[in-house]
Amino acid sequence: MEANKIYPDPSKVREELIQRYPSKVAKKRAKSIIVNDPEIIPEVQANVRTVPGIITQRGCSYAGCKGVVLGPTRDIVNIVHGPIGCSFYAWLTRRNQTRTESLMDANYIPYCFSTDMQEENVVFGGEKKLKVAIQEAYDLFHPKSIAIFSTCPVGLIGDDVHAASKEMREKFGDCNVFGFSCEGYRGVSQSAGHHIANNGVFKHMVGRNNTPSEGKFKLNLLGEYNIGGDAFEIERIFDKVGITLVSSFSGNSTVSQIENSHTADLNVILCHRSINYMGDMMETKYGIPWMKVNFVGAESTAKSLRKIAEYFGDEGLKAKVEEVIAEEMPKVKAIIEEILPRTTGKTAMLFVGGSRAHHYQDLFSELGMTTVAAGYEFAHRDDYEGRDVLPKIKVDADSKNIEELKVLPDPELYNPRKTEAELEALKEKGLEINGYSGMMKQMTKKSLVVDDLSHYESEKLIEIYKPDIFCAGIKEKYVVQKMGIPLKQLHSYDYGGPYTGFEGAVNFYKDIDRMVNNPVWKLIKAPWQKAGATNGKSKGLKASYVTQ
Amino acid sequence: MLLRHTSKEVKEREGLTINPAKTCQPIGAMYAALGIHGCLPHSHGSQGCCSYHRSTLTRHYKEPVMAATSSFTEGASVFGGQANLLAAIETIFSVYEPDIIAVHSTCLSETIGDDLQQITRKARDDGKIPEGKHVIFASTPSFIGSHVTGYSNMLTGIAEQFAVSTGVKKNQINIVAGWMEPSDMREIKLLSKKLCVKIVLFPDTSDVLDAPQSGKHVFYPKGGTTVAELQSTGDSIYSLALGPISAEPAAIALEKKCKVSFETLDIPIGLTATDRFIMTMSEVANVNVPDEITEERGRLVDVMADMEQYLYGKKVALFGDPDQLLPLTEFLLDLNMKPTHIVSGTPGQRFEKQMRQLLDERSPETNFRNGLQADMFLLHQWMKNDPVDLLIGNTYGKYMARDEDVPFIRFGFPILDRIGHSYFPNVGYSGSLRLVEKILSAIMDRQDRDALEEKFELVM
Repeated sequence: MEANKIYPDPSKVREELIQRYPSKVAKKRAKSIIVNDPEIIPEVQANVRTVPGIITQRGCSYAGCKGVVLGPTRDIVNIVHGPIGCSFYAWLTRRNQTRTESLMDANYIPYCFSTDMQEENVVFGGEKKLKVAIQEAYDLFHPKSIAIFSTCPVGLIGDDVHAASKEMREKFGDCNVFGFSCEGYRGVSQSAGHHIANNGVFKHMVGRNNTPSEGKFKLNLLGEYNIGGDAFEIERIFDKVGITLVSSFSGNSTVSQIENSHTADLNVILCHRSINYMGDMMETKYGIPWMKVNFVGAESTAKSLRKIAEYFGDEGLKAKVEEVIAEEMPKVKAIIEEILPRTTGKTAMLFVGGSRAHHYQDLFSELGMTTVAAGYEFAHRDDYEGRDVLPKIKVDADSKNIEELKVLPDPELYNPRKTEAELEALKEKGLEINGYSGMMKQMTKKSLVVDDLSHYESEKLIEIYKPDIFCAGIKEKYVVQKMGIPLKQLHSYDYGGPYTGFEGAVNFYKDIDRMVNNPVWKLIKAPWQKAGATNGKSKGLKASYVTQ
Repeated sequence: MLLRHTSKEVKEREGLTINPAKTCQPIGAMYAALGIHGCLPHSHGSQGCCSYHRSTLTRHYKEPVMAATSSFTEGASVFGGQANLLAAIETIFSVYEPDIIAVHSTCLSETIGDDLQQITRKARDDGKIPEGKHVIFASTPSFIGSHVTGYSNMLTGIAEQFAVSTGVKKNQINIVAGWMEPSDMREIKLLSKKLCVKIVLFPDTSDVLDAPQSGKHVFYPKGGTTVAELQSTGDSIYSLALGPISAEPAAIALEKKCKVSFETLDIPIGLTATDRFIMTMSEVANVNVPDEITEERGRLVDVMADMEQYLYGKKVALFGDPDQLLPLTEFLLDLNMKPTHIVSGTPGQRFEKQMRQLLDERSPETNFRNGLQADMFLLHQWMKNDPVDLLIGNTYGKYMARDEDVPFIRFGFPILDRIGHSYFPNVGYSGSLRLVEKILSAIMDRQDRDALEEKFELVM
C-alpha cells in the first residue's frame, strides 16, 4: 500500500469485525476475514453457508441460473415455474442489453413469463399447469427455445420439469424445450445456479449446430453478460482487430450462436466464477482451450488482446492488435491524465460478485486509487487464491448436491486446437491457459479480504477505513451513501456503463471522478449544525414574537 | 418495438402469466413491517427472497431497506427451517439489536409446513428473545393472493400480536393504513392534525423510507409506529381501515381481539374518496371540519373545473393494486375522463364486485379483469385494440407506453425509475391536486408535442 497514507492495522480490524457476533458465528466469520499476503496466499473460507439472521448480500440459486446466465440470451422464452414473485423480481432488473438486427428478430428480454403457481398447484402438483403454459408460449410466440426454471416449491412437491420439457419438446419438434432444477435453496448462493445453468446450456444447447463458423480467429466470450452494453464495446474492439465472435455466454447472444459455439477455436473467460464449468466442459468434449482474460480496464484490455493474438500466434493479428491499441490508447490517456490528479491517493473497497471485485481493481489502479479491502459475494476459494487450490477444496454437502456432468471427448467433434506442447509454450509466455490466479495475488500485502461480507461488517469497515468510494450492489447503495460515502454499484453500474474496453474505461474514470469529488458530500451538514454556528443565537434584534 | 411479440389478437390463457400486474406476498409483509419502529423484517425462506424484496424496495425508495433471512439450504428444506429461524433470532438480537423481529414466511417454508407460531414460541421458551423484545410473525405464502395480501397479513399479525385492551378507552382513533407511500401516510397524519383528531396510524413508513441524509446510517430510523402505540390500539374508540383489501383484515382482528369497532373506507385518492374520509373522521371523532380543509378541497375542485376541457373524454388504461385502482378509477370518472382498460393481478371477488359496481354505474363499457392472467400482456393487447390517451401504472408500464406512444404516469408499486412518490402524496385533496397536475401535464405536453405549427398554443 502507499506509504504516505496511514492505514489501520488489519489484524485489529479483523478482531473488531467479529467482536459483536455470538461466539459460534464469530468463529465461523473469522475464517472468511483474511489479511492478504500476495506472496504466500492465505486460505479464505468461501462458498459456505451464510449464518441465518446475518444480513447478507447473497441471493439464491435461481437468481444465478435464470437471472445471470440464461437471462441475457434474447430469443429464449424463459418460463419460471413457481409463484409469481421469482419471475417478477428477475424481470429486466439486470440490465442485460441486447441488439437485434431487425424488428423482425426475436427478443423476449422485455417479457416476464411465469406459471404463477397457486395453492392448488402446490397441493396437487403443478406439472399440468406447466405444460399448459409451455403450450401457450409456443402457440403465441413460436420461439426456437423455451427454458423452464424451477423455484423453491417445485423441488419440494416433486414436479418433474425435465420430463415435462422433454414431452413438450418431442411434441413440438421445432422448439427446444429444456428445464433447470435451480430451486432457490440449492447450494449456498447464486453460485450453485451458475453451475446448474452451465450444465443445462452445455447439455441442451451447445453442439446442436455443426455448421463451421466463418473467420480466421474465432472465439467465444464466456462470462460476459452485456450489462450496460459491456459486450457491445468488446464486440466493437473484436471487429476492429479482426477477431470473430462466434458466441457470447451470454450477453447479446442468440440461441443459434450458442448452439454453434463449439466451432470456435478459443474460449476467453471474463467472469471465472459463473462460467468456468463451461470452459472446462468444452475443452474436454471439443478440445477448445480456455483462457482467462479481463476487459475491465484499458491496460487490461490491451493485455488481453495481446494474449489472444499470442494464442492464435498470427503475426498479422499481432500487428493489428498493436495498431488498434495504438489508436485507442491516446484517447484514454488524454482523459486519465486530466482526471488522475483528482483521484490519485484515494481509497476504494469492493464487495461484489464473483469476479468484479477482482477486475475492477484494475480500473481503480489506473485511477491511482488503492483497494484497501475487497471480497466476493458468492465466489469460491479458487477465485480468491487461484485455481492451484482446486484439488485442496473440500466438497461439502451443499456443493455435493450440485450435479457435476461427466463429460467425455466427442467421438466425432473432439479436435484439440493446440497440442500439449503448444499450450505449455503459451503458458510460458504468461497466458492463463485453463488457469486463473485469483484476486489475492493482485492485492497488496495487508489489504483485507472478506468473503460474503455482512451488513454489520460493511458498516464497521467504513467507520474504520473511511474509504473514498465503496463498490457493492443496490441493497448496500443507500446504506453506504447515508454514511456520506459514495457507492458505485458494480452489478447495475448505477444505470451507466459500459465499463469494459477502452471506451468503458473512460466512462468509469469519469464516473468515479464525479462521484468522489461531488460537492454534495460537503453539503450534508446544515449551516446551523456546523461548529461555531449561530444556531438560535440572536443577532441582537428584538424578535421574541417569532416564538410566540 | 420493445414488446414486439405482443399481438393484437387476444387469446385466453390458463397456464401462462405474461408481464404480471402483481408480485408475491412476502414483499408486502416486508414493507408493512418497515412501518413499525425498531423492527427488523425477517424472511423465513431462501436467501433469494429476501435479496429480491430488499432490492425491489430499495429501487423503489432509494433508501436503505434492512431485512434478514433464514438462509435456507437444501438441508433446511428437507428437515424444516426451525433450526434456521432459531439461529437467526439469536444472531439478529445480538448483532442488529432490534426491538422487534417481524418474521414472514415464503412459499418454501409454507410448502415445508413450518409453523411460525410454534417456532417463535420455542424461541421464547428457549430464552432466545431478550426481555422486552418481541418476535411477531405472519404467514405469507407466495402462492396465494399477491403482494397486497402479504401486506395485509403482516398488518393483521401486528394487530393481533400487539394490541391490548386494558379496559380503559383512549380518546384516539386507529387508522389502519392500506398499502400507501410514506408521503401518503404523512399526509393522513397531517389531515388528522388539521381535524384535531388524535390517531394511531399503523403501519407508518414516513421517517423510515424517506429518511434524511445526515451523514449517518440510522439502522432503525425515527419513524414507524411504536410498540406502545400499537399496544394502545386495543383501547382506541374506533378504527378506520383505509383499503378493503390491504387494511380491513387488521381492523377485523382488532375488533375480534379488543372489541374496537371499525369502518372500512377507500384509500383517500381523489376528490370523493377524500370527501368520505374527511366526513367519516368528522363523524366518528365528533369534530368540525376546519375551513383550512374545506379550502384545500375548494382548490382541487377549482382546478378540475378550470381545466375540464383537457380532461373530458380522455381514455385511460390503468393497472395496479385493488385498493388504489378503485378510488383512482372513481377519481378519473369525476374528472370526466374515461377509464377504458383496467387490470390487476391481485385476485379477489370483493374487489371484482366493487369495481364492477362502480363501472356498471358510470362506465359500463370499460374492460376490466383481475386475478390470474389479468396481466400487462392482456392490458397491452386491449390497448392495441382500443387505443388510449393515457396509461397509468408502475414503472413496467413504460415499455407499453413507448411502444404505443402513449403518455404515461407512474403510479403504484414499484416505481423504479423516478423519484417523488415517497415525498409527495397522492392522497387527500393536496395529493389529488398533484395527481390532476400530473395528468394534465402528461396530456398537455402531448398536445404541445403533436400540434401542427399553426395550431401550437401559447395559452392553454
